[in-house]
Amino acid sequence: MELSVINDDHVEVLLSDLLEQYGYDFTGYSKASLKRRIARLYSLDRAVSFAEFRYKINNDSLYFKRFVEQITVNVTEMFRDPSFFKTLRDVVLPKLGTYPFIRIWLAGCSTGEEAYSISIILKELNLLHKSLIYATDLNPIVLEKAAQGMFGMNSMKQYSENYILSGGLKDFSSYYTANYSLAKFDDELKSKIIFSTHNLVSDYSFNEFQLILCRNVLIYFDRELQQKVLNLFDESLEELGYLALGSKETINFSGITDKYKRLDSEKIWRKMER
Amino acid sequence: MKKCEAFIIGGSAGSLDVLLKVLPIINAAIKFPIVIVIHRKHGTDSLLPDLLSSRTKLKVKEVDEKEPLIAGTIYIAPSDYHLLIEQDRTFSLDYSEKINYSRPAIDVTFQTAAEVYKEKLACLLLSGSNSDGVNGLKTVKLWGGTALIQDPKTAQVAYMPAQAQANVKIDSVLSIEDIAEFINLLS
Repeated sequence: MELSVINDDHVEVLLSDLLEQYGYDFTGYSKASLKRRIARLYSLDRAVSFAEFRYKINNDSLYFKRFVEQITVNVTEMFRDPSFFKTLRDVVLPKLGTYPFIRIWLAGCSTGEEAYSISIILKELNLLHKSLIYATDLNPIVLEKAAQGMFGMNSMKQYSENYILSGGLKDFSSYYTANYSLAKFDDELKSKIIFSTHNLVSDYSFNEFQLILCRNVLIYFDRELQQKVLNLFDESLEELGYLALGSKETINFSGITDKYKRLDSEKIWRKMER
Repeated sequence: MKKCEAFIIGGSAGSLDVLLKVLPIINAAIKFPIVIVIHRKHGTDSLLPDLLSSRTKLKVKEVDEKEPLIAGTIYIAPSDYHLLIEQDRTFSLDYSEKINYSRPAIDVTFQTAAEVYKEKLACLLLSGSNSDGVNGLKTVKLWGGTALIQDPKTAQVAYMPAQAQANVKIDSVLSIEDIAEFINLLS
């Protein structure tokens, strides 16, 4: 990407198109990352001119879907940050296990790797039968992939290492069947996951949860939007419920921080009683 | 160059030793922030800022997302995120695909900073074994900034600065001894 083919004005034009044409509001996203993603897609798809690129986004609904998928970051892993998942396994989920029913919201689930990771831990703690994971993303294409429960075989070595570091004791390969280049995860794992679209920018609270995970999503938002989304999580979290963010994210700047107490080592906060 | 408003250092294999030699000699009164993006293994987060901090009087910290860049501070890119600089001169982080097999990628920080600081930016590429940073330096030059490399002859792994030298119009080629002096003269 040289003297960028996409400049700041182009970004503004596209963002207002998306809002007017499709009702998708990206105006609260961090601009530098968004601009890079747009420029990347522009050159990847060999767009002839900005005018043509813009026309296609506005008039070709299939291309619009691709655009949204490509400008949002959907990179994820199973058991990323093993120490985080170890804390879920050792501290958070056993505590929630004392409840008759566990409702979990995984916001910005992308292609589902974390949803299956959580499902594996719940199963090993013998809690899966009384749990429900709402895994949401704004992007229907990634949700379709997530629902298939198939991930690349070439990632399994890394995921298996992560799983063991996170306190997993089984043979990781017992959770999937190898099918050429894909690992198909057991259907039982997704039996308690509901994949559904939800846009953190524009959609409302839809339930009350005991655990909300939203890791490496807020980094793409500006402070104002982060605040708004944290309020949404606060409204959607029961007292004594847990909020988990990515390793470089925080609630400290926000208006909800006084109600929450952080667990020692990880980016997990517990909502305190009034 | 015009008054320097940000100095960014990128490095990979063999660059830590350079930093350990250079940082102690950097003037504590520099009037711009220094940002360090070096490739390292994920999960070794907390060690690097402490290690570098012990070698300088300047404040050293790992970047927090949305943090503003402040003069006289040395910022370290967190492992396993790309580090970007926004037009309002704050940092943002991004967990998108690796670039040049790297996250953080030096290119990303150089390129986003180039558009923000333009001719008031200097970027230095140190020792390393891949070509991350080369495209970044090209962008820096396009926006009028200053492109610097460690003299490949002095680098533990010459490939990265040598690639930059072969592909970008470099403003200065610096020996390890010259790096700190160059930085001090900018302030």
